[in-house]
Amino acid sequence: MNIGLEHYLAVAAALFVIGIFGIFLNRKNVIVILMSIELMLLAVNINLVAFSSLSGDLVGQIFTMLILTVAAAEAAIGLAILVVFFRNRGTIEVEDANVMKG
Amino acid sequence: MTQDLITILPELLLALYAMAALMLAVYTSKDGLTGLLTWTTAGVMLALAVVIALREGSSTAFGGLFTEDAFGRFAKVTILVSAAAVLLISQRFMAKRGIARFEYPVLITLSVVGMMAMVSAGDLMALYMGLELQSLALYVVASIQRDSLRSTEAGLKYFVLGALSSGLLLYGASLVYGYAGTTLFSGITTAVQGDMPVGLVFGLVFMLSGLAFKISAAPFHMWTPDVYEGAPTPVTAFFATAPKVAAMALIARLTWDAFGGIPGQWAQVLAALSVVSMFVGAIAAIGQKDIKRLMAYSSIAHMGFALMGLAAGTAYGVQAMLIYMAIYVTMNIGTFAFILSLEKAGQPVTDLTSLNQFAKREPLKALAVLVLMFSLAGVPPMLGFFGKFYVLKAAVDAGMTWLAVAGVVASVIGAFYYLRVVFYMYFGTTEGDVESRTSPVEWLALIGVAAVVLLAVVNLFGLEPVALAAAQSLVG
Repeated sequence: MNIGLEHYLAVAAALFVIGIFGIFLNRKNVIVILMSIELMLLAVNINLVAFSSLSGDLVGQIFTMLILTVAAAEAAIGLAILVVFFRNRGTIEVEDANVMKG
Repeated sequence: MTQDLITILPELLLALYAMAALMLAVYTSKDGLTGLLTWTTAGVMLALAVVIALREGSSTAFGGLFTEDAFGRFAKVTILVSAAAVLLISQRFMAKRGIARFEYPVLITLSVVGMMAMVSAGDLMALYMGLELQSLALYVVASIQRDSLRSTEAGLKYFVLGALSSGLLLYGASLVYGYAGTTLFSGITTAVQGDMPVGLVFGLVFMLSGLAFKISAAPFHMWTPDVYEGAPTPVTAFFATAPKVAAMALIARLTWDAFGGIPGQWAQVLAALSVVSMFVGAIAAIGQKDIKRLMAYSSIAHMGFALMGLAAGTAYGVQAMLIYMAIYVTMNIGTFAFILSLEKAGQPVTDLTSLNQFAKREPLKALAVLVLMFSLAGVPPMLGFFGKFYVLKAAVDAGMTWLAVAGVVASVIGAFYYLRVVFYMYFGTTEGDVESRTSPVEWLALIGVAAVVLLAVVNLFGLEPVALAAAQSLVG
């Protein structure tokens, strides 16, 4: 079997959807949400690299590099916010982030 | 290369200023420098706004990654002026609550650099970079009161949903790149002519959903009330102004510069977002008891109206949106100057009922708030009415009468809660106990904005032709 573009897109779409569900269905831990966010961004990267190698255009891979660096910065800031939240609340359960009811 | 650097000079200067200010504060007296930094930052921003306003023509830099035109300039001036105003009115509040950290003006500056890059983006990568620079700074700013549970929880919620929206936007961007074969807006324009692959439509819808999060348009608004309530009030004031202008301008930039050939594909999406936002904002605000939550729903509804201008899919619609955003930002600065001044025994108060009989104690401020609330509700002849008038006219002209009718209905429902604030102030039954302490800057912002809102009936201070030039440079 030949592995073509649609296979890569299907994997990326599956990872992306898993990431979104990880954010909304997860009732346990905020760290899991951070992991889900990374999963979504990596799904995007698979998409970009697949398109890039198919069309022989390097821009997609450069975009991937940009996303990787920004994702690292995002994770750093997310963890920092999580640490100050933990200091105040004493827990990082998702259900305990409920001082404001939205 | 030199020409490119001249094109991005304002952004470059602001970024360099942010880094220099950070170094200076870290190596000298740290938080002791906050007051000075706040004033210089506001000064630098206002000076840059003047420099940008004086520029003419349009040019691109870095092979089309960056676009400098009248549209970008209009958005940038609005962003810079509102950011400077918010910095100045928040000084007293920050100092009093012990959160006057030197990082605050620096982070605001960096997020403003991001916003300026956003509204000038000519490429999906530049768009993403600007958006993230803005968002990452704002996540930190939301939780700047780091010993407060509410502030950190607001930061956490904002971060999670902001990151989710970036993910949606990026997924859309990857599809657009794949099916258009390029990330340049000009290249995408060529790709969407003629037979349009379905992947591009998917990509466009994903990108619009991601951006709808950033302007807190319903049904992507769920973070807004919590973040507005939990974040310190000066931060809320900032969230309600500059980032909204930037994200709205970015939507206009993306839809017109990249997908301008196919307004039919995105106008329907924007119209749907617009209707839902207007009604969610108007109806959900009715039961609110906290004035910051009330302003959150108010901003959701206002974003619905601004989207109505874009949904029209015409140059006049873009002009209406720009006018609406400028007016919205002006009114919000005045209103937040008032909210910042409310306190009871030295503690900030945001409870609506504490405003009872406020007019007896502070007749002038109560009058100014009355003018602002009427304007937010869109009562003629206040400034807010003209904003609504332009977007409704744009919708009717574009043959979307149903949208305009929905807008009028939502506006009437929304008037209820603005008028309720006025009712409490003038006819509240019990004696309220809130005091309003203002620094001269806050007083000037509150009374000045109220005066502007009243006087603008003459000619909108020449806003209309400037917005027209901006819209024409975008739509062409």
